[in-house]
Amino acid sequence: MDTIFALASAQGKAGVAVIRLSGSRAHSAAARMAGCELPVAGRSLRMLRGKDGHRLDEALILTFQAPASFTGEAVAELQVHGSTAGVAAILAELDQIKGLRQADPGEFTRRALENGKMDLAQVEGLADLIDAETEAQRRQAQNVLAGDLGRLADRWRAVLIRAAALIEATIDFADEDVPVDVTPEVTGLLVKVRSELSHETAGIQIAERIRDGFEVAIVGAPNVGKSTLLNALAGRQAAITSEYAGTTRDVIEVRMDLAGLPVTLLDTAGLRETEDVVEGMGIALARDRADRADLRVFLAEADEVLDVEMQINDIRVLPKADKREDATGAISGVTGAGVDSLVERIATVLKARTASAGLATRARHRAAMERGLTSLDQAMQVLSSGPDQYDIAAEEIRTAIRALESLVGRVDVENLLDEIFASFCVGK
Amino acid sequence: MKHRSFDVVVIGGGHAGAEAAHAAARMGSSTALVTLTRNGIGVMSCNPAIGGLGKGHLVREIDAMDGVMGRIADRAGIQFRLLNRRKGPAVQGPRAQADRKIYRTAMLAETEAREGLEIVEGEAVDFLMADDTVCGVVLQDGSQLKAGAVILTTGTFLRGVIHIGDVSRPGGRMGDKPSVKLAERIDAFNLPLGRLKTGTPPRLDGRTINWSVLESQPGDDEPTLFSFMSNGVQAPQISCGITYTNSKTHDIIEANLARSAMYGGHIEGVGPRYCPSIEDKIVRFADKTSHQIFLEPEGVDDHTIYPNGISTSLPEDVQEQYVRSIVGLEQAVILQPGYAIEYDYVDPRALNGQLRVKSVPGLYLAGQINGTTGYEEAAAQGLAAGLNAALAVQGRDPVTFSRSNSYIGVMIDDLTTRGVVEPYRMFTSRAEFRLSLRADNADQRLTPLGVQLGCVGTERKAMFSDKMQRLERAREDLLSLSFTPKQVAAVGIRINQDGSRRSGLDLLAFPDVTFEGLLPLEPGLEAVDTEIRRQVERDALYANYISRQQKDVDALQRDEMHVIPADFDFDAVDGLSNELKLKLNTARPGNLAQAARIDGMTPAALALLLARLRRGQRVRQA
Repeated sequence: MDTIFALASAQGKAGVAVIRLSGSRAHSAAARMAGCELPVAGRSLRMLRGKDGHRLDEALILTFQAPASFTGEAVAELQVHGSTAGVAAILAELDQIKGLRQADPGEFTRRALENGKMDLAQVEGLADLIDAETEAQRRQAQNVLAGDLGRLADRWRAVLIRAAALIEATIDFADEDVPVDVTPEVTGLLVKVRSELSHETAGIQIAERIRDGFEVAIVGAPNVGKSTLLNALAGRQAAITSEYAGTTRDVIEVRMDLAGLPVTLLDTAGLRETEDVVEGMGIALARDRADRADLRVFLAEADEVLDVEMQINDIRVLPKADKREDATGAISGVTGAGVDSLVERIATVLKARTASAGLATRARHRAAMERGLTSLDQAMQVLSSGPDQYDIAAEEIRTAIRALESLVGRVDVENLLDEIFASFCVGK
Repeated sequence: MKHRSFDVVVIGGGHAGAEAAHAAARMGSSTALVTLTRNGIGVMSCNPAIGGLGKGHLVREIDAMDGVMGRIADRAGIQFRLLNRRKGPAVQGPRAQADRKIYRTAMLAETEAREGLEIVEGEAVDFLMADDTVCGVVLQDGSQLKAGAVILTTGTFLRGVIHIGDVSRPGGRMGDKPSVKLAERIDAFNLPLGRLKTGTPPRLDGRTINWSVLESQPGDDEPTLFSFMSNGVQAPQISCGITYTNSKTHDIIEANLARSAMYGGHIEGVGPRYCPSIEDKIVRFADKTSHQIFLEPEGVDDHTIYPNGISTSLPEDVQEQYVRSIVGLEQAVILQPGYAIEYDYVDPRALNGQLRVKSVPGLYLAGQINGTTGYEEAAAQGLAAGLNAALAVQGRDPVTFSRSNSYIGVMIDDLTTRGVVEPYRMFTSRAEFRLSLRADNADQRLTPLGVQLGCVGTERKAMFSDKMQRLERAREDLLSLSFTPKQVAAVGIRINQDGSRRSGLDLLAFPDVTFEGLLPLEPGLEAVDTEIRRQVERDALYANYISRQQKDVDALQRDEMHVIPADFDFDAVDGLSNELKLKLNTARPGNLAQAARIDGMTPAALALLLARLRRGQRVRQA
C-alpha cells in the first residue's frame, strides 16, 4: 500500500503546522528529510532539508511504530512552523520521494478504520468529525474548481473523452461502418489539451514561487535609473536578504520581502547595441533573465521600444520623475516619487497569481496534471505508429482522463459510449 | 400428476438457460431444464453469429469455466474471423457465423448427454413458495418440480409484443407464445420493471440474391476458435456477402416512416443505440447516403440469409420495396418479415452479485430478462447464476466474478449496480482492466477458479495444467536470460543503448519483438512450442501496463472484501447526507467497491460505511 502524506493541521498561517505521513515508507521518508535515522517510536528535533541539501525548516519529528499509531501503520509527524510557503516546500519535497503520494480526503481516517484502530465509541463520535472534515474539503475543492481551473478541466475532459471515443469506436466497432484510422483527429485533440495543460501546469508552479520567490526584472536602456530604483526599493523595504554583484555587467539580485511576498529583484544591464564583447554578453544575459522573470518593470518612455518583449501584466513606468515637467506615471529612485505606487502595483500583480488555490489541493492538482501530461505524451507517441497500437493509446488516454478526474469527478464508460453513438452510425 | 424434486430448476432453454443448467449440473447438482419444447434449446433467434468484440471475450470466459457455448459454436462455425486482428491481443475478439441447425442440434445433444441434467418439456406457470422463498416450479399440467433454487431465463417473453408495421400481437419471439401467467406471478414479487425493444431484419431467400455483383467477405485463413479445447473447424466454411443501401432505399423508408411501428407511435420501449433499426439510422444520420449490409447465411444447407444492418418495424410491403431497391437484392424474396419486439425486463439492480433476486430467496434471473441483449451476455449470466444456485443449494459460499478478473464480472457489476437504460451489450471499453482481461488468457484467469469450484471436468483440468506447466517453464527460461543492449542490437533488435541488461521477457514487452526474434540470442528457446510462444508474447506485451494497473486492482479488491450485508441499514449511518442515503437504498451495493461506484459517493462517506460495517462485525463476534 502507498505511503500517504498530507498537511494534517488547518491550512494557512499558524504557529505550528503538522504534516502526517502514514505507511511503510513513512519513517524512511522522514529520516531522509531529516538526514539521519529516527527512533522507531519517539521524538527528535531535526533540520529538514530538500533533495539538494537546502534547509526547509526545523521540525519536531514524532515517530510512531505500527500498530501503535493513529492509522495503525508506521506514522511520522513533522511539526514545523506554520508558514504556507514552508509547508508547501516540504509537501513538494515529499511528493518527490518514490512510493509517497498525497493522501486523498479522509484517507488517514479510512486507514485507521480499516486497520481497526477505532473503538466503538470513537466510531460513533467520528462520524460528525469526518463530516466536518469533508464539508471543509468539499468547500475548499469547490472554491478551486468553481474557478477557471474547474472549467478548463471540464473542457479538457470533454475533449479527451471525444478522443477516447474515436479510438474506442475503431476498437469496439471494428466490423462496422466506422473510420479505421482516426490518428490525425485524435492527435489534434490531444495536442490541444496537452498545450493547455502544460500551460496550466506551469501556472501552478506558483507554489514554487512562494517557496523560491518571484523574480521581478527591472529593464530599460542604460542610465534610466534602474539601479537607483532598485536601491530605493530595497532601502525602503529594508529587507534585503542578500546582495551580490559579479561584474557591473552581471545581473544583480536582491532578495526581499515585498508586501508579504518573497521577491527577487533583478537589476539588469542596460539594453543597447554595443561593440563591447563583455557588455554584449551581459546584455544577452539580461535579456534572457528578463524574459524568464515572473514580471518585468519597464523603465522606459511610452514610445520606447526595447529588446525585451512586454508580457501580459508587465508594468511600464516613466523614468526620472525628478527631471520631468509632467511627472504623471513617472518614478524616481532619487526622490522616491512613484515608488509606493510601483510596490503596490507589483504586489497586486503577484498576489493575483498566488490566489489560485489552497496548499494541499494545489500540490495534488499539479501532480494530477503532470500525470495527465505524461500520459498524453505517451499516447501521442503510440498514436504515431497508427491504428495497430490503439489498444495502448486508449489505455494512455484513459490514464490521462483518470488523472484529470481528480480535478472534476469521475469519467464513466457511458460518457464514451454516448459520444460514440452520437458520432457514428453503428449497428450493421 | 408427477411431483419431482431437483436441486436446481432452470426455466427457459435459450442461451442463458442452457448455460445455467449445464453449470449447475457440472457442479454436481441434480438439475431440470424446463422448456416448452426440447427443440427450442439453443435456438439462435436473432443473427446467426456468436462472439465479436467483448462478446468473444465472454464466450472464452464461459469456456474457461468449462461451459458449453464455446465448444458448440466451434462445431457450428461456418465462418471464423478474429476481429481487430492487426491490433493488440487485448482488443481482439473471436467471432463466428454459426450454422443455426448445427448449433441447435449440437446444443440439444450436449444437453441430453449431460449427466445430472434432465430436460422437462412444459410451460412453467407458477412458483412453489415457502413463505417468501421460491422452492420450486408448477407446470401447466399441474405437476410440481421442487427445487432448492430456481433460475428464470425467459428472455423477452415477459409481456412480449411483436410489431410488424402497424400490426402487433403478443408473443415472445416469432412462433412462440408469451408467458402471461408467469408474468403475473412475477408481478406479485413487486420487482421493478422496465420496457425495452429490439428488432430483427427480414430474412431473405439466398437463392433469389444476385451474388455475382456483390462483394464477398471470406473468413480468416487460420480460424481462431472459441474453446481452449477445440483444435479445428468441423463444418464447411462459407463467405458472407456485402451490399449497401442507397438513396432510393432511403427515400422509400422516409416516405413510409409513419407506418413504422417505431415511428408510428406503437412502441414505447427503449431500443439499443448500437443496433438501431434502418428507420433509426436514416432519421438520425440523415447526411449518410449509404449504410453497409452484411448478408449472412444461416447455415450450410439452409438458403435463409440474415441481412445484418436493416432491422425494421416497417410493414411487410414496405420491407419488400426497400429490400428490392438494394444492389443484388432486386429479385430477393422475403422468407420472414422483419419485426420489432417489445418486452418487460427486471431492473437488474434488484439482483445481487450472484444474480439472485435480493427480495426473493431461491430465485435467480439470467439473460435478456435482466435487460441485456446478445447470446453471449445471456450465456455468461446463465453460467454465473447456475454456479451460484448450485453453491447455494450445497450450502457453500457464493462465487462473485470481479471487474478485475473477468468481463463476466464487469457485466454483472454494471447490471447490478448501475441498472440499464437500453439493452445492455458488452464492449471492450466497458472493462477498465482491458489489457489484462484478454480473450487469450481467459483460461489463466478463470480455469483455476472453476477447478476450485468443481465445475471443470477432468479432461480440461489436465489440458490446462499441462499448458500452464509449459507456459511457466518458458517464462522462467526467458526470465533467466539476460542480455546487454549490445548483444540485443547484434541480432537486429532495435533498442536503447542504455547499458541496462534485459531479460527475454523484458525484450518481448517491445511491440515489434517476437519470440522468434529471440532465437538467435538463445537457440535453446527453439524447444518452446508455437502455442506457448504466442501466449508468452501476448502476456509480455502488456506487462508494464498491467503492473501499473495492479495498484488499482488491489484497491478494488480490498474494497470488494468489505461485504455489505443485505440487511444493512444505510439510514442508521450518522453523517451520510440524505441524498447519498437515498442512492444507497436504491442501489443497495453488495460491497464497498460497488458503493464507491455510486454517483456522488465521497471517500469520507465510504469511510463512514466502513466504520459501520466494522462495528457490525464486532457486535456479531461479541
